[in-house]
Amino acid sequence: MSDIKKFMYLNRRAPYGTIYAWESLEVVLIGAAFDQEVSLIFADDGVFQLVKGSDTSESDMKNFMPTYRTLGDYGVRHMYVDRASLAARGLSEDDLIEVAWEDYETEEEVDNIVEIVDTDQAAKLMAESEVVFSF
Amino acid sequence: MKLSVQVNEGPYQHQASDSAYHFTKAALEKGHEVFRVFFYHDGVLNGTRLTTPPQDDRHVVNRWVELAEKYDLDMVLCVAAAQRRGLVDEGEAERNGKDATNIAPQFRISGLGQLVEAAIQSDRLVVFGD
Repeated sequence: MSDIKKFMYLNRRAPYGTIYAWESLEVVLIGAAFDQEVSLIFADDGVFQLVKGSDTSESDMKNFMPTYRTLGDYGVRHMYVDRASLAARGLSEDDLIEVAWEDYETEEEVDNIVEIVDTDQAAKLMAESEVVFSF
Repeated sequence: MKLSVQVNEGPYQHQASDSAYHFTKAALEKGHEVFRVFFYHDGVLNGTRLTTPPQDDRHVVNRWVELAEKYDLDMVLCVAAAQRRGLVDEGEAERNGKDATNIAPQFRISGLGQLVEAAIQSDRLVVFGD
């Protein structure tokens, strides 16, 4: 299994309320072992997964938001966010977490792999992917 | 074509498992290869042998079992999703100290790596969900 494919994880659900966001994240974490070219895209209510400052202390839910910040260490190279979905929910880039990425072999560093994209660009990115997981 | 199928919803509540079944059956009948069917989220509930629908309704679980028997289909329930939702085989019962099993024949419980591997090995991964 040496062939590398372009993986895209499409996240369309709010982080809590259903388990899709968390179980999607579990696939990303496990999938890291397979060394594929991995991008995530957040659209519709999925953009709420990246809103900073979430607090689950009074809802008896495990707060898995810190996990998103570690995704660079799990081989994730891009985290795209649909601009129209953000705007429709009164959110902007300032509301989102930043996720840094560092290649320990080449020492290449990226300050933030979270990137806002237009819907047509999002569609193009999905079309270019060889595998699209939809959650 | 070599296909894999992901089923993200449970039986009866949602159409996803029905659609996935009809798609998989049609693909096999057309001579395509189905590398694996992977059940995730509530989709793991398609793999309990205790399911008892009314007699005049389709039996979603048995339908999958019969398809797997006919075509030697590899049907995998995600272990993490299965543990959360009480889907148990003998290995899991022993590991987690449970007093019963409920997995249907032809299904097996394994890790998410099986889904990622299926995506890599197949020409297409077809996802059925909400």
